[in-house]
Amino acid sequence: MEAFARLLDALVYTRSRNAKLKLLADYLHDTPDPDRGWALAALTDGLDFPAVKSSTIRNLMSERIDPVLWTLSRDYVGDSAETASLLWPESDTVPSPPSISEAVGHLSRMTRANVMTELPVLLDRLDANGRYALLKLATGAMRIGISARLAKTAFAQAFDVAVEDVEEHWHGQQPPYTELFAWAAHGAPPPDTENLPLFRPFMLAHPLDEGEVDLAEFAAEWKWDGIRVQVVRAGGETRVYSRSGDDISATFPEITQALEIDAVLDGELLVRGSHQGGAEGGAASFNALQQRLGRKTVSKRMRAELPAFVRLYDVLILEGEDLRERAWHERRDRLEALVADLDTERFDLSQVIEADDFPALAALRERARDDAIEGVMLKRRASPYVAGRKTGLWYKWKRDPLLVDCVLMYAQRGSGKRSSFYSDYTFGCWDGDPDAGADLLPVGKAYFGFTDEELKWLDRYVRNHTVDRFGPVRETDKSLVFEVAFDSVHASKRHKSGLAMRFPRINRIRADKPAHEADRIDALRALVRD
Amino acid sequence: MPRDFSWIRPEPWGIHVVPADCWIDPARPVDRALITHGHADHARGGHGTTMATRETLAIMKLRYATDDGAVPVAYGETLTLPGAVSATWIPAGHVLGSAQILLEHAGERIVVTGDFKRRPDPTCAAFEVTPCDILVTEATFGLPVFRHPPAEREICKLLSVLAANPERCVLVGAYALGKAQRLIAELRQAGHHDVIWLHGAMEKMCRLYEEHGVNLGELGLVSDANKEQLRGSVVVAPPSALNDRWSRRLPDPVTAMASGWMRVRQRARQRMVELPLVISDHADWDELTQTVVDIDPSETWITHGREEAMLRWCQLNQRRARALALVGYEDEDD
Repeated sequence: MEAFARLLDALVYTRSRNAKLKLLADYLHDTPDPDRGWALAALTDGLDFPAVKSSTIRNLMSERIDPVLWTLSRDYVGDSAETASLLWPESDTVPSPPSISEAVGHLSRMTRANVMTELPVLLDRLDANGRYALLKLATGAMRIGISARLAKTAFAQAFDVAVEDVEEHWHGQQPPYTELFAWAAHGAPPPDTENLPLFRPFMLAHPLDEGEVDLAEFAAEWKWDGIRVQVVRAGGETRVYSRSGDDISATFPEITQALEIDAVLDGELLVRGSHQGGAEGGAASFNALQQRLGRKTVSKRMRAELPAFVRLYDVLILEGEDLRERAWHERRDRLEALVADLDTERFDLSQVIEADDFPALAALRERARDDAIEGVMLKRRASPYVAGRKTGLWYKWKRDPLLVDCVLMYAQRGSGKRSSFYSDYTFGCWDGDPDAGADLLPVGKAYFGFTDEELKWLDRYVRNHTVDRFGPVRETDKSLVFEVAFDSVHASKRHKSGLAMRFPRINRIRADKPAHEADRIDALRALVRD
Repeated sequence: MPRDFSWIRPEPWGIHVVPADCWIDPARPVDRALITHGHADHARGGHGTTMATRETLAIMKLRYATDDGAVPVAYGETLTLPGAVSATWIPAGHVLGSAQILLEHAGERIVVTGDFKRRPDPTCAAFEVTPCDILVTEATFGLPVFRHPPAEREICKLLSVLAANPERCVLVGAYALGKAQRLIAELRQAGHHDVIWLHGAMEKMCRLYEEHGVNLGELGLVSDANKEQLRGSVVVAPPSALNDRWSRRLPDPVTAMASGWMRVRQRARQRMVELPLVISDHADWDELTQTVVDIDPSETWITHGREEAMLRWCQLNQRRARALALVGYEDEDD
């Protein structure tokens, strides 16, 4: 546990990606099995201890500290595990820290009935840094800026193997990944994955910031506004994976039931509707899909009201044949042939956009918003399907964001890197004519879009313009205008304004603009496409 | 029956001692100021009369190049002020010359701590517990998460990083008044006698400390050194210089910072610090609450810092308390 705690701390304080990679790689290389496997799982959110939740930390602390002092501390530190690790009473005995494997063993044997007595025993054996590491590991919320991708890259670096191979062999493996380490560190054969419905890493796109591409070399497709999924069938089982590789099969049973051939397909998950492809066979906006996301089970009614389907982009593997090395146009031919055999209710094809030249494509893209489409994808016709984001192969060309001028109403301190800074802003638009006494109604919340320098300025601004406080929230004097950029706006019953913005961010701070000149709700309402 | 201390009044820009028409650490120019210590947020220039310890006056003179109306006092010395008020300067253990001010009037005693700490510090006189009716205390680290580890442990951490990186230097961000000199003195106590290199902004204050009898060992200026000389050494600079262009002249520095805020990971990250050193010149939570217990005043006033948690603690312990909400006190530079 001490070495893991040291690694965590070093990772927290290390800025450069390369230095982080080296720290991780050295740890994985030098630490014996199974400790390194558990550590790797902890860092990539692969551990789950049902008896230990973030509420466990709260409950544990409520027996040891006044709730108000806890809340003030938690609010300042910005992280429950760290707060608890700092507040935990130091034990008088010499600490005898458990190894990470031992800790994992204890944690996995804990039950809801005994966690409140067992977890303290472990915590008493550690110092503050050890307690932090243990609580982070136990609650599975590392939030220390280590992506799964970075961990896999470090793994590849530690044993001098290809990161694509690591990605491929990783899925389907369970912590502490003994087979994976045996393969990478000792040259054992890789884990057998042929007949498992495994996730394959997605190919991703770079944004097309400026410039043009030659449509002779690049094919254009719509960038549909749903969620990117991979549908995999192997060994008689079908899985639906999200972009991050999470298994979301249970949320979309109609999809898993519909695929009858062994394949790995890449597509956009959507629900039926009248945008995104027209009244016949079209899809609803992202807003409608959102109601189906994140559910562990799904009711019949939900399935009937919001039927899901996948609009296919690509085929990676077909009946045991790996097509990823082939050119896009070859895969495309196979995909077009394949779609004819699929259940049309659940699968359709993302059509290639026909445009004579780039300006013609640009004109088509302009109309995307009315159809609730996110933008255009540009794919090099000769490109293989490669994991991750390779330059020059795929581009995403999103439609321009919408802009609206809003007034800062409330601010809250952020978490993580932004703890102690007032960095989460709630802003509003005028519900009528402000000069005739209309009020502001909150229309959205954003916590990014500004630079670190601007954040400091905003933090000071909030502190100097506070008119009231509600716990961690400060109400400001409604004097500052933000130009807010967002992708789309939808009707919403959950908000007082009746509107919900998608992906709002602070585009510019308009300190020059008087608050009464900010936009009215009506202007925002006119942009709804539901 | 709570007593009515109408002779002392907290105003947003300072504490007003009404019968004497004096202000403690006022944030704007006044006729008569009583100053606890030399940090810029407490000691501002431009007063008619400035009453403070000899050391604090020297610091103020160095920083603001003025000592008009200076009235030096020694620790333990009592000044009689107009309106039958007397004021006594008592060591606060914060930085060189720092003092608590004991005010007495009509048989009532008020202690204003200014900034203070209870831990040993080789560069200044130790805090003294002074019984009083009203304790006016700071609360910079007034949250129970702040428990400063022993300074020796943090110094040990610094020295081991230094030893492990002979080709690099350890650049420590430390406030130019107080923290920098304490850090150096603690390093000397731990047996580190190599030259310690200073940012130019530190030089005069270090010299002032030495003139007042604090031995800091051999010091050099970074501007007089070449890269080779700096390898394997400790460099001390103000926090603002850590990630500034100035630090480019250093040999691949390990960026450290000595501050009580370093106890919280994200605060260290915000400062882009690689080696956080939890060394503070302020009382931590345990010291703050223990001080209230030790002095056992009938009422506690909290000047600045994280006053909400201190208020709550007082409430839980059946102690009368109030927050003063004074303006202009910075707590970021410890």
